[in-house]
Amino acid sequence: MKIPSPLSEHASTPSGVDEKDRGGRHSTGTLVRSLRTSVPVLPFLTYITLGLLVPTLVIINLAFRSDSGKLTLANVRTIIHGGQYLTGFENSVKLALATSIIPAILGTMLAYAIAQSRFDFLKRLVATASGVLANFGGVNLAFMFVATFGANAIVTTWLARLGFNPWSHGFDLYKLWGVAFVYFYFQVPLMVLIITPALNGLRPAWREAAENLGASKWHYWRYVGVPVLMPSILGSTFLLFGSGLSAYATTEALTGGTIAITPIQIGAYLQGNVISGEEHIGYALGFGMIVLLLISILGYVLLRVRSSKWLQ
Amino acid sequence: MILDSHTVRPTPTVESNSPGAPVVLDQLVRQFGTTRALDGLSLTIAPGEFVALLGPSGCGKTTALRVLAGFEEPDSGTVHVRGQDVSGVPAQRRDMGMVFQSYSLFPNMTARDNVAFGLQLRRQRSSARRARAGELLELVGLSEHVSKYPHQLSGGQQQRVALARALAIEPQVLLLDEPLSALDAKVRAELRDQIRALQQRLAITTVFVTHDQEEALSMADRVCVMSRGRAEQIAEPSVLYAKPETAFVAEFVGVSSRVPVTRSKDGVELFGARAKIRGDVESLVGSDIDALLRPEDISAKVASDGLGIVNHRSFLGATTRLGVGIGGVSVKVDVRSSDAELFELGARVDLSLSSRDVLVTERKIDA
Amino acid sequence: MASVVGDNIVDFELPMVPLNLENRRRIRWGRALILWLAAAYFIIPIYAALKFSLQNIQGKFSLSPITAIPSQPGLGAAFFLSMRLAFVTLAIVLFLMVPTMIYVHMKMPRFRRFMEVVTILPIVIPPIVLILGVLEAAPLWLKASPYLLSLVYVVLAMPFVYRSLDSGLGALDVKTLVEAARSLGSGWLSTIWRVLVPNLRSALLSATVLTLALVLGEFTMASLDLWETLPVWIVDFDQTNAHISTAVAMLSLLGTWALLTLIVSIDRSNSRRRRRNHTS
Repeated sequence: MKIPSPLSEHASTPSGVDEKDRGGRHSTGTLVRSLRTSVPVLPFLTYITLGLLVPTLVIINLAFRSDSGKLTLANVRTIIHGGQYLTGFENSVKLALATSIIPAILGTMLAYAIAQSRFDFLKRLVATASGVLANFGGVNLAFMFVATFGANAIVTTWLARLGFNPWSHGFDLYKLWGVAFVYFYFQVPLMVLIITPALNGLRPAWREAAENLGASKWHYWRYVGVPVLMPSILGSTFLLFGSGLSAYATTEALTGGTIAITPIQIGAYLQGNVISGEEHIGYALGFGMIVLLLISILGYVLLRVRSSKWLQ
Repeated sequence: MILDSHTVRPTPTVESNSPGAPVVLDQLVRQFGTTRALDGLSLTIAPGEFVALLGPSGCGKTTALRVLAGFEEPDSGTVHVRGQDVSGVPAQRRDMGMVFQSYSLFPNMTARDNVAFGLQLRRQRSSARRARAGELLELVGLSEHVSKYPHQLSGGQQQRVALARALAIEPQVLLLDEPLSALDAKVRAELRDQIRALQQRLAITTVFVTHDQEEALSMADRVCVMSRGRAEQIAEPSVLYAKPETAFVAEFVGVSSRVPVTRSKDGVELFGARAKIRGDVESLVGSDIDALLRPEDISAKVASDGLGIVNHRSFLGATTRLGVGIGGVSVKVDVRSSDAELFELGARVDLSLSSRDVLVTERKIDA
Repeated sequence: MASVVGDNIVDFELPMVPLNLENRRRIRWGRALILWLAAAYFIIPIYAALKFSLQNIQGKFSLSPITAIPSQPGLGAAFFLSMRLAFVTLAIVLFLMVPTMIYVHMKMPRFRRFMEVVTILPIVIPPIVLILGVLEAAPLWLKASPYLLSLVYVVLAMPFVYRSLDSGLGALDVKTLVEAARSLGSGWLSTIWRVLVPNLRSALLSATVLTLALVLGEFTMASLDLWETLPVWIVDFDQTNAHISTAVAMLSLLGTWALLTLIVSIDRSNSRRRRRNHTS
């Protein structure tokens, strides 16, 4: 039944007006002026260049140079064509995937469980705790876990007394999956920290509007809740992936460098364990890490943009 | 002096098989901790009627709407729709369409998908849904924006989509919770007319919550003025304005001035003359009472020995509003702008009542 | 439930999942379980490590790991080295960032976007990779000094410092404050010191604490640059006496924890104060 509209369309502007840069005039006067205005940020720019850009360029450069200085793909080829370095990358990626996807899921569930809680005290406690725990890591964390889950440590002995010693069932704190288990300690709080604002960004009006239109709780989550949260969850997973990929201190303190992941191999390289003929392999390893991290950061940024549009 | 909320049932302008449903709220009570958000609210709405719930923040109007929608359960009292008690029915099944104050559109869906959402839940086929959503969006004048996402639409456009979405499920009752409050003045005025026109054409029972009396008076068939969880007065806008039954209504709707008066034989002494009291006099205790006067109910005359002094002037267009200090209070008086130059600041004037009777109430004691 | 509109009969059948009392109770227990498991995972290691710190070599309870701390070789030197590096880093990063960000907030607001991107970069170039490039690119005389680490730590600290200062400055109307101060005769230095810095107290505090926590806990670059800072000492000493190492690690952890909790609570009391002021 078509009803002719009594409404008319008036011109209206979209709610987010672009703060577009209106600098269009290309006179030299404007150029000089904007250069002059930029002078005070030179110290910052110089520092960034010297402290971040230069080292990075050095790495990229040396990754493609042989010991005598000639341009070469030998280093990269060595890595890609198998052997310990490729294994290192594979392990690193496996570790990063495990310590991003699982904490993403657990972190979201935890954040949701907390957001639903009626106890305000709990919410505040968790907010503080997440902020602190996400910055944990490195040496202190490693020592804590050795004292807890090491071969003769506290929890291990408890469990052994109860009849179930995890070590005799294949658990090894100093192998890849043991290390992953330790990573959860800062990856999960990091996820909780990132996803809680997104969860809070779910407006109650959406839930009520959905209910009003006939949706059950499941319908709401399926059509509105989860789709709206998905960019945040995925984006955070990318961030966690980067974090899990580049962690060094925790693993080094934990395993003493006996585990085959790329950061450890870079560390070994710097400590002088260099095979002749692979003088610049460390730089190629570093370059490889940069590439992987660029991809994950890109994923994070793109998804952040999407989620901020929906959750503003 | 608060009268019991007696509702006057208007003659229905729509037939009984109209899409709108009759709604009866009976003695609703809802308490949050120590606050009584609803304190015995009763209201009967005829099919196809547009009723506004008007009141200051905290008066319970939004709570009443949410009880009607099913988002809140009343502590006591009932809600009947089309003669059936819906108290046990969850919000999902009440078949009412609600438009929220702002930002209620699902951000991950286009305008069209938002509007079609209710139909999607009811398992309508995709082609039928799209067509219907398109129709409704055209109805609200947004056919060029069907594929836009909420963040790409202005506030006014978003609310129109929200309206279309609520109407898509062909609800028995349309509920609007201050839908225009978050918009700027010009857009508000346009949308006001458009919503009312749409509602009349569709003849759907509508409950509209607002704190803006201009909105309520211009849109509604009847207005229920609320304060502290109860209905102060339920009447047509013109009646509400001309014959406020309580002090609250008189002061909330339209402009009024308070003037202390003294009781005389069958009325009060006001501006040196006797005036009749409107309504029930018996329950007034004591002789210390205030009269509530509208600016247009008083006339002013320049007089060199007048008891009032003009202390303020506001040009309002066709009328000019004067502030006149008299007997220790300031009274607002409207005069024709063409006569306004006679009433300079500081001029002495005499005031007299130009209406037949006057509303009185207990004297307000200022701290 | 069917309704009639005009001559269309639209049949509405709403599919429903029963959310009865039984289901609801099950969900609440599931939620509680998640919370308890999480609490266990996070709290038990702390308890275990504390217990381990209070055991002697035989495994019996003893305060000896704690009391032995002051007399351990190298610990004092390592601790003080870490502190020196922390303060130098802090000085450089504040001296660099505070004026820059004030200026950017006032005169070049669009530059903020660029700065935001720049401060995300340390995620792409993590410490383990950065130190590779730094050790190659830095001149010898710089490598001979531990303060090379401070210089690099500044880069690591930048994201945190940027974010703290950005939100602190964002809450003020910098332009107006500065113009008001200048119009009353205040010079640039005096304006920064007397007008802006006091208003940035909590942002500065949070930036300071994060930088300190960062430097005191940084292991990767210090160990590969061969300087024995506190974390490096802890790892090295583990061979000698794991209990003492763990005790020092736990103290360091508790210290960092206290510092970080401090900012979070200051931050929250500030936002509460801000909210109160706005609802006047």
